[in-house]
Amino acid sequence: MADYKFHLLVCGGTGCHASNSDVLAENLKAELAEHKLSEEVQVVSTGCFGFCEKGPIVKVVPDNTFYTQVAPDDARDIVEEHVIKGRKVERLLYVDPNKKEQIGDSKHMDFYKKQLRIALRNCGFINPENIDEAIARDSYAAMAKVLSEMTPKDVIQVIKESGLRGRGGGGFPTGLKWEIAANNEADQKYVVCNADEGDPGAFMDRSILEGDPHTVLEAMAICGYSMGADKGVIYIRAEYPLAIHRLKVALKQAREYGLLGTNIMDTGFNHDIELRYGAGAFVCGEETALIRSMEGKRGEPTSKPPFPAQEGFNKKPTNVNNVETFANIPPIILKGSDWFSSIGSEKSKGTKVFALAGKINNVGLIEVPMGTTLREVIYEIGGGIKDGKKFKAVQTGGPSGGCLTEKHLDTPIDFDNLLAVGSMMGSGGMIVMDEDDCMVSVAKFFLEFTVEESCGKCAPCRIGNKRLHELLVKITEGKATKKDIRNMRNLCHVIKDTSLCGLGQTSPNPVLSTLENFYDEYMEHVENHNCPAGQCKALMRYYVLPDKCIGCGACARACPVGAISGERKKEHVIDQHLCIKCGACLEKCKFDSIIVK
Amino acid sequence: MVKLTIDGKAVEVEAGSTILDAAKKVGINIPTLCHMEMKDMCIENKPAGCRICVVEVEGRRNLAPSCATAVSEGMVVKTNTIRVLNARRVVMELILSDHPADCLVCAKNGNCDLQSMAQRLDVTEIRYAGVQSTYREDFSPSIIRDMDKCIMCRRCETMCNEVQTVGALSGVNRGFEAVVAPAFEQDLEKSVCTYCGQCVAVCPTGALTEVNNTNRVIAALANPKKKVVVQVAPAVRAALGEEFGLEPGTLVTGKMVAALRNLGFDSVFDTDFAADLTIMEEGTELLDRLTKHLNGEKTHLPILTSCCPAWVNFFEKQFPEFKDIPSTARSPQQMFGSIAKTYYADKIGVDRSDLIVVSIMPCLAKKYECQRDEFKVEGNPDVDFALTTRELGGLIKRANIDFNSLADEDFDKPLGESTGAGVIFGVTGGVIEAAVRTAYEVYTKKTLKSVDFTELRGMEGIRHATVDFDGLELNIGIAHGLGNARELLESIRRGENKFHAIEIMSCPGGCIGGGGQPWHHGKQDVLKARAKAIYAEDVGKTIRKSHENPYIIKLYEEFLGQPMSDKAHHLLHTNYFDREVKFEVKK
Amino acid sequence: MEGNITIKLQQKSIDKIKEICAAFDNDSGELINVLHKTQEHFGYLPAEVQELVASELNCSVAKVYGVVTFYSFFTMIPKGEFPISVCTGTACYVRGADKVVEEIVKELGIKVGETTADGKFSLSCLRCVGACGLAPVVMVGDRTYGRVAPEKVKEILAEYK
Repeated sequence: MADYKFHLLVCGGTGCHASNSDVLAENLKAELAEHKLSEEVQVVSTGCFGFCEKGPIVKVVPDNTFYTQVAPDDARDIVEEHVIKGRKVERLLYVDPNKKEQIGDSKHMDFYKKQLRIALRNCGFINPENIDEAIARDSYAAMAKVLSEMTPKDVIQVIKESGLRGRGGGGFPTGLKWEIAANNEADQKYVVCNADEGDPGAFMDRSILEGDPHTVLEAMAICGYSMGADKGVIYIRAEYPLAIHRLKVALKQAREYGLLGTNIMDTGFNHDIELRYGAGAFVCGEETALIRSMEGKRGEPTSKPPFPAQEGFNKKPTNVNNVETFANIPPIILKGSDWFSSIGSEKSKGTKVFALAGKINNVGLIEVPMGTTLREVIYEIGGGIKDGKKFKAVQTGGPSGGCLTEKHLDTPIDFDNLLAVGSMMGSGGMIVMDEDDCMVSVAKFFLEFTVEESCGKCAPCRIGNKRLHELLVKITEGKATKKDIRNMRNLCHVIKDTSLCGLGQTSPNPVLSTLENFYDEYMEHVENHNCPAGQCKALMRYYVLPDKCIGCGACARACPVGAISGERKKEHVIDQHLCIKCGACLEKCKFDSIIVK
Repeated sequence: MVKLTIDGKAVEVEAGSTILDAAKKVGINIPTLCHMEMKDMCIENKPAGCRICVVEVEGRRNLAPSCATAVSEGMVVKTNTIRVLNARRVVMELILSDHPADCLVCAKNGNCDLQSMAQRLDVTEIRYAGVQSTYREDFSPSIIRDMDKCIMCRRCETMCNEVQTVGALSGVNRGFEAVVAPAFEQDLEKSVCTYCGQCVAVCPTGALTEVNNTNRVIAALANPKKKVVVQVAPAVRAALGEEFGLEPGTLVTGKMVAALRNLGFDSVFDTDFAADLTIMEEGTELLDRLTKHLNGEKTHLPILTSCCPAWVNFFEKQFPEFKDIPSTARSPQQMFGSIAKTYYADKIGVDRSDLIVVSIMPCLAKKYECQRDEFKVEGNPDVDFALTTRELGGLIKRANIDFNSLADEDFDKPLGESTGAGVIFGVTGGVIEAAVRTAYEVYTKKTLKSVDFTELRGMEGIRHATVDFDGLELNIGIAHGLGNARELLESIRRGENKFHAIEIMSCPGGCIGGGGQPWHHGKQDVLKARAKAIYAEDVGKTIRKSHENPYIIKLYEEFLGQPMSDKAHHLLHTNYFDREVKFEVKK
Repeated sequence: MEGNITIKLQQKSIDKIKEICAAFDNDSGELINVLHKTQEHFGYLPAEVQELVASELNCSVAKVYGVVTFYSFFTMIPKGEFPISVCTGTACYVRGADKVVEEIVKELGIKVGETTADGKFSLSCLRCVGACGLAPVVMVGDRTYGRVAPEKVKEILAEYK
């Protein structure tokens, strides 16, 4: 990238793209052309910077100026001020919400300070549709090393020693998985990349594929070399059109460069990769279901064993890893297992990407070393809770995870610690909730998702989760009893204990963890028919504030069920038994004398 | 061999065995619901979906489905801890919570695996009640689908797709809405269903049952203006006893005849008679085609049997290009009906519209077959009602007949006389064996030394044998189960055929394993015992070759003339239709 | 013979489906890819189309239907001219996506999964689209709207009326 004076890196991730960053990039190019600067300044559409909250992002290299919330119309100022006159466009600079000061260099932003980017190392730095830029940042160097210097056994040894564990949720040691697949002899084997990211609120795989597709292709080929597979398949959600497009471009370029296909780098090693599309079934994130789906069938999981490493795609040994896991492979090969295992906690090595979302100031994609505490993530990187509200819980692990509270904030995040406190790493979704969130409703939300996404094959998941959801509805409607809570807890344990696949084995976690950490809130719903967060519609109550009511009678006339009574010019009263909570009175009252509690 | 402990008992089993198998070896009977395995028939349904058979395995985080978990060295299994008992019961309550509680008026009451499992697990309340899934009921000529009662065991799907390769059913939708259904959740009638009834035969609940015609038969019997005669298929006598608590494989021919007479049928006849008649026609057709073939004339070989109505449906819907290969001979049920309503009706001086022909069949497709237009004369069907073995059992019980104490009685003449060749129609290999017995003697003009062609018997899905017709080597193929039939058909399609004649029966085991037989609950030994009984009946017969049946000889003399005569053609043969889905251009 | 099934399709539809199936070697293992391409072309997967796909791939139509109904991406109902999708991922949920859905339901008078009588709009819920920074997110066709408050729904719909 040395020939240019400036590089304008425009985020082309999905979030920024949705905010017209593509138009912005075009405008920047047009402005540069107008000023005859196209030869000196390059506009690069990159993958996600992670700082989605303030998108669209434009980063100016080499001075690391970080512009946020840039509109297409701002192109002129950036070119005329920054590029031509060398003056930063101050109104577009990121303002630290705590210190209230502008930050000119992204290195000084709290959001990036605590991060360590391994899987996301190239996201936001390269044009993902240009293989030369990827190669300039060491893409395919690991593959070259593997093919020229290492035996398949060496590769597996390095991955094993690195301590890398699967980033898709389970945390199974990656090296061991490769070894099992390598040891199963067969005429055909497959490497599969699970890109059917489905946790609601997690989008790291998408960002990696959109921002750095070559790393995945390279890692799959390395995996193929180590286990003896010349075919790779990326199973990707059809709802990720941009990622699919970039993968197709990357595949084409890699083949043209001889980095995929037959006789790669003249070593005699063959490996090629095809794409298969998911079609909207969360359960296909489970590897046996994913394989069924790749075979054109209903994505119903099957009992393990046989494991995919023994009998997978087309009944052949198959190794399935997710996108983020693969993205860690090339750096491990290049920098060694010692380097990787020096990062992270005792049993969870390396970093983890989290999708930080919810009621938090800096929504976005972050990557931190394992062992970072929740507090650091939420308050330092995430910038704390939105609108000065009070932190209530953080949900990790998506629908398989649990809700953690204040008391867990200093827990170092890793696979085992999260499991120990009743949640999960999952694929890395991290949703922050504040005092306005009702934890019963949150559990209900996740169960609604599980019920929708259960494949229906096994009885506990098919029927059990439905019943669990019904019980939660009952609670949010104030109709549940203490006995229901007892039964619900037992049901949760049985569903976990008896379900066929990971979906059912973890689906009760949001309920169990909220029961554990917010038992009082449940009880408040059950015993007092009250939702402390004021979220449960059926439990809302409408009241007339006596001192504000002038007795105009507008509310009584508006009430469709005749629940409001009162003499003219005197205060009115709402009969709670008749009230259907439609809100008509609230809308009609001109004196703000009706409140909802 | 692998050593493990189950509930404290040491057990040694072959590697690859499941915990369920291993437990059985030490007398521990782990409850199962969706699991079904009939090894010799290559039938296996192991989705591990019901989760009733879960057990605790030391060192494992969650419970393991014993039906789908292989044993490993040193494994410690516990099948009855409080954790297991609680889980099993909650799962059962969940299954019941999505199942109608109309057991008392359910067709499967008393024969329902779900019901007995609920009893066994001592479920006395359902703590997790909630909404139940409801579906439109589907009535076809043979099968009723009431998917409200489906528990997603997938047995029907396995039978329809893997065993029979018919492909009428599939799991559809997902999650709580998941159910097994034909495409677009339409009626079976609009699908490729053959009505083989194997889905019904294995359904553990009342979700799949047969169309019950017993009330219509009772009404016919009560009608003084009608003469009602009955024919009984060969496989029925080897299974009916099970309905009355007798051991599988108990032959109850005599009691069955007595019971039918008690029920008020005017004459009790035997489909075996019509089976003998089938051999005369089909055997002659075989020899005819064979002679043409040997003379270098154009003809269709191999000849395929056509007794099985589900098989006829199968090739009409899925292999219409082969519709000229099967024998044109009608099935024994229909030959019987045709002769009863012509020859016999004339004999007793009754108009065909006043003669009701009832058939007792091990089969559900027979209900459909007797309604086919080809088998009606001016709208009047040759066979009015086809009842299953199970329905007959029910009818006898309702009529207060103490079946087990009945004295044996004999079939009526003339349509009740049969040979051993007719009897073996009820089991796989039997039709072709019966045909060989006759064809050999007609072709070679020699008498067989032994009529037992054991090389044609057995339970293997596809079998072949060569029979020496005095120098002419006759290659015979046998398939039971439509999946096996498909394999044979595809080999013919590829031009790899080496057979002169092929027998096909749709149901695994042949008619003894028909969809209308007493519930076998997935036990293959039941089918084997029935097969044994059929061969025993054959051995017990004085005449064992169809062409020696004196009443058959008489029928030809008095009425039909020769096999394949014009009259025989008219009354005893049929033709087949191309019923494959067709695509038309919309203008 | 009674009960025979005849499927009627336009010639160009027949040609298209055959072309798609042939592009995947008429391999039933490619069923999902075939369905993606077919839906891309027709906008939805009506029964007749599934029948022909089954026939071309030599698998049962019950299987095809089983697959179509398993995956939420496949639909047998034609989408509206402007398909509206609301992201109901967790991030959007905690920022009020459910209220946005409610508002659209009210405005259009259709339920989730339905299409308006005039064929203009259809409404569906999506799993996380990965634009959590913009939560709650609504998509109309390919266009993404971020930070959609229930009050903004009317305004967005008006653009397409």
